[in-house]
Amino acid sequence: MLKIENLHATVGDKPILKGLTLDVPAGEVHAIMGPNGAGKSTLSYVLTGRGGYEVTEGSATLNGEDLLALEPNERAAKGVFLSFQYPLEIPGVPALTFIRTALNAQRRARGEDEIAAPAFLKLAKEKAAALKIDFDMLKRGLNVGFSGGEKKRMEILQMAMLSPKFLILDETDSGLDIDALKIVSEGVNALRAPDRGMLVITHYQRLLDYIKPDRVHVLAAGRIVASGGPELALQLEAEGYDKYTSAAA
Amino acid sequence: MTLASALKTGDLTQLPSRRDEDWRWTDLRGLIRAVPPASPPVDGEVAAGPFDGLAADEILFVNGRQRHAAAGDAGDVVALRFVSATEGAAHAAAYAIVVEPDTTLVLLESHEGRAGGYFSDVTLDIAVGEGARVERIVLVDDHAEAIDVVTAEVDLAPGATFNQTVLTTGARRQRVETRINHPGAHAKVRLDGVYILENQRHADQTTVVTHGGVDGITSQLTKGVVDDQARGVFQGRIVVQPGADQTDARMGHHALILSDKAEVDAKPELLIFADDVACAHGNTIGALDDQQIFYARQRGIPEVEAKAMLTQAFLGEVVERIEHDGAREIAAAWVAARLGRAE
Repeated sequence: MLKIENLHATVGDKPILKGLTLDVPAGEVHAIMGPNGAGKSTLSYVLTGRGGYEVTEGSATLNGEDLLALEPNERAAKGVFLSFQYPLEIPGVPALTFIRTALNAQRRARGEDEIAAPAFLKLAKEKAAALKIDFDMLKRGLNVGFSGGEKKRMEILQMAMLSPKFLILDETDSGLDIDALKIVSEGVNALRAPDRGMLVITHYQRLLDYIKPDRVHVLAAGRIVASGGPELALQLEAEGYDKYTSAAA
Repeated sequence: MTLASALKTGDLTQLPSRRDEDWRWTDLRGLIRAVPPASPPVDGEVAAGPFDGLAADEILFVNGRQRHAAAGDAGDVVALRFVSATEGAAHAAAYAIVVEPDTTLVLLESHEGRAGGYFSDVTLDIAVGEGARVERIVLVDDHAEAIDVVTAEVDLAPGATFNQTVLTTGARRQRVETRINHPGAHAKVRLDGVYILENQRHADQTTVVTHGGVDGITSQLTKGVVDDQARGVFQGRIVVQPGADQTDARMGHHALILSDKAEVDAKPELLIFADDVACAHGNTIGALDDQQIFYARQRGIPEVEAKAMLTQAFLGEVVERIEHDGAREIAAAWVAARLGRAE
């Protein structure tokens, strides 16, 4: 599924990723944990093609296809979805319009027919109900005036509607209270599937109580410095990142 | 010093020039080297206008000559059309509208360029009686080589309401000017504009609102988008005369610049000679937000479509303020089409 090999990336002239290698097979959930400044968000932006991040070496492929050669929207159409740490507010564009525009753009890019309005609305109502999102909220400007928890639920709703192949969750737990965390995690868990991979980026172990990873990796100073099973997350929670940051430096 | 007087006399020195403070960004004297011949009469059929089907009555000018007059008791939704049909020719038209007290008028005005490189000057006098209510929607679709000046003088009586939205794509030189005599006395004005400019088009939206009495309200919102080497001009002046206390006047002008060579010139002016007034203005000029564009692209929306969607949303705030449902839908579709988006 997702294969990253010896990835080096800079922001400005500053090297952030320094030889990151990672393999997430289909059907698995991998967690990336690490201290602030380790390059966690940079990894999510490099994989999705945000401007200002330059790959200087290495590769990233999804099912054998070179992601780095594609435009951000082409990567999305191939099935890469990033749940943002800070979802953007888009005044004047109702959430429904935004999601429908995105879904149809992806379908066009894949040579599929656009979804008809009634089928789209039915799907949106169903998915919104599962995430306890008031349907009327979808008629308002996307994320405008929404609380942190509502914005994260809106990310999961988009994920459920777009049905991507590979999910990247960037600090999805930040700004969530326990109730919202449960709803969001249930939404993510509902998307676990044998043909779908997930990369869960988080600073804290708490999220991983709800979204159970198959593997946990420690990212420090731009590289994966340790990998293990779910128990590694608990160990990090107890011991902190100190030994990795000093070892990596 | 107007385009109309220069067209009439053939005297180029009658043209407003950059030396006139109010015309410094819309210089006509420096642009026009010769007065073109007068536009000929046109007898043929004229295709339907942009508000076709909405109005019960139509007042049609072609090349400055009036074709259809409204019936004496025109309905409360009237189309007022100014069609320019001859390339390289000039015409001027003037029209007066009196809105009786306590009546309602929706004025659907269009300026339709059906040929290249014409000169058009239109002067309107609109008198709004006591307690009457007018909504004026102006769609200006000029040819890229046209020179077009539209001036409206609006006189409000106490308790009158005048709401206006001007939507334009510019021309070689284009000015839409609205001057409002605001008596206060609970009269209300909404004065909005949208401009969408590309290539080398120029559009000037100039407004002057003079508050002469107590308790007047003015709310103004103009938004524009300029691309390529286009130039947008916004001049908004609100004068609060001595004694016009409790005036509440708010002006906003916000522009997006989509190219390095595009330009926006803005001059908001509040001239306040009274006490106890609430006046405010906000003016911003910027670019689309790169983070919003990336967010949309991450969801699969191609860059061009993402930019058009965000631009449409930016302008949508003005369009939403149009009260007449049919006119609002036509204005929204008009904006979407200019941005290359289907509704």
